[in-house]
Amino acid sequence: MRRLGLAAAFVVLAAVPFFVSSTYYVNVASQILLYAIFALGVNVLVGYAGLVTLGHAGLFGIAAYTAARMLNDGHGHLSVVTGAVTLTLVAAVVFAVLALRGTGLGFVMITVALGQIVWGVAYRWLSITNGDNGITIKGRPSPFGLSLASPAAFYWATLVVFAAALVTMAVFVASPFGASLRGTRDQPRRMNALGYHVWMIRFLAILFSAFWSGVAGILYLYYNQFVSPHAVALTASAEALLMVISGGTGTLLGPVVGAALVVIVKNVASAYIERWNFVLGAIFVAIVVCMPEGLVPGTVRLTRWVAASLRPRPAARVVSPGEEGGR
Amino acid sequence: MSALAVQGLDKSFGGLRVTSAVTLSVEPGERRLIIGPNGAGKTTLFNLITGELKPDRGSITLFDQDITRVPSRRRPHLGIARTYQIITLFAGETLLRNVTLSLLGLRALRWNPFVQLARQAAVLDRAREVLASVALDHLADRPLAQTSYGERRRVEIAMALAQHPRVLLLDEPFAGLSVEERRDVLRLVTGIPRDVTIVMIEHDMDVALDFAERISVLHFGQVIVEGTRSEVVEHPRTREIYLGE
Repeated sequence: MRRLGLAAAFVVLAAVPFFVSSTYYVNVASQILLYAIFALGVNVLVGYAGLVTLGHAGLFGIAAYTAARMLNDGHGHLSVVTGAVTLTLVAAVVFAVLALRGTGLGFVMITVALGQIVWGVAYRWLSITNGDNGITIKGRPSPFGLSLASPAAFYWATLVVFAAALVTMAVFVASPFGASLRGTRDQPRRMNALGYHVWMIRFLAILFSAFWSGVAGILYLYYNQFVSPHAVALTASAEALLMVISGGTGTLLGPVVGAALVVIVKNVASAYIERWNFVLGAIFVAIVVCMPEGLVPGTVRLTRWVAASLRPRPAARVVSPGEEGGR
Repeated sequence: MSALAVQGLDKSFGGLRVTSAVTLSVEPGERRLIIGPNGAGKTTLFNLITGELKPDRGSITLFDQDITRVPSRRRPHLGIARTYQIITLFAGETLLRNVTLSLLGLRALRWNPFVQLARQAAVLDRAREVLASVALDHLADRPLAQTSYGERRRVEIAMALAQHPRVLLLDEPFAGLSVEERRDVLRLVTGIPRDVTIVMIEHDMDVALDFAERISVLHFGQVIVEGTRSEVVEHPRTREIYLGE
């Protein structure tokens, strides 16, 4: 039943370019999907490992910059994607080894520092990154001869990658390793006492998270055909974190809903309201107040509460005086 | 051959010496009780044995294998299991998942990200058996947070037993339990087979003295008395330090 629902959702999502007339909204949908992939990656750490990161835009950006450089150096798209993901994973190893020296706030601060180092390199190492001007690429790839130049074609390609990310994530979460990861989030000391290698579990989770962040970074580059230090800034990491928190940490659909919320407010509300940041902030405050667990788990909770309230209660049985205490 | 031997174990936190030249030898199958006033270093001793703390000096051997430098996460694989004074379980998970995590801890399956845990019948069936052994199988699918304190204590012991330990360290297993719950836990602990050596810290002397075969009294980080129940109870140092006479 659940699989049928997911398949139906996929069909509906695939039909978006047909019932959305404007290419602008198709592009917004592409952005939602690519940021959803990024948020899914961040959620592995924030939601399932309990490791709050504010440096993931660094990994996202390393993939985007690597792909941009390699494309402009004349490499083919396949080697570009492979190279960008590989370098992202290498960077993730460095991130993990350094960041896992701390826990809690220490981990957050180390990820901030690492993210800022990547941002500094992107901003200042002009010969590699072209500094503030960023890097422009010539065009999108044409896998199997299918051009992704049009908004609809790019949307469908992003949808396929998104579906792969979602399925992979669902399998990961339901696996013994996923259970181990959640265990290290809830009781690391106990997990250690049960024979688990807590550090290694977290290390592998960071690599898995970095993989999908890198994939999202490559999609970001292909979508914009441009990358600049803006993509690796602290605000980009904070936005990804907000996507996860607003949608619901440690849930499969929460980051997707959070990504949709942030992208829609950024793109749609900003067209009508100059101070759209205020709207976004107000929405986050409302979520934290009304659904502190996030939109997806909060909605589930509310739905259950409403269903329970509507269910008819059994009428109270009147106990006759003779019956009372008769046992 | 001792099941567990601790030799000259020292541990200090800054200027505070918590254990001082602690030496213990526990025979295979023995039921050893460790008693002592609060702050005597009992839980620290457990933390040293499990590797959660590194000793400043001394050695720990498990069935003649020196494990002093073995990382704490490896020690369960060698046969040490423990419970905690303050229950540290997975409150949001079901009882079944709690025990499953314990079973996975010693299996290579824990690294597998490709298969569904819900389809691992061998592990889940074993977890249900373990819960049945502590009479909690009827609550297998209930979240731990919705169980009583006594039930949680039994789950914790069940999780330790699920790993088939050779040495089981119980840190105040009766603490905070009602009279009925104590009886249940005592029945559980006394029913543990003899191939499991048990070292227990306990303050409840009524329960603990019946259980113990040998007792070590710890005071200010030192073993001051060791012997059988009657030897320890009658020893003037015990009465002076522990019983306040």
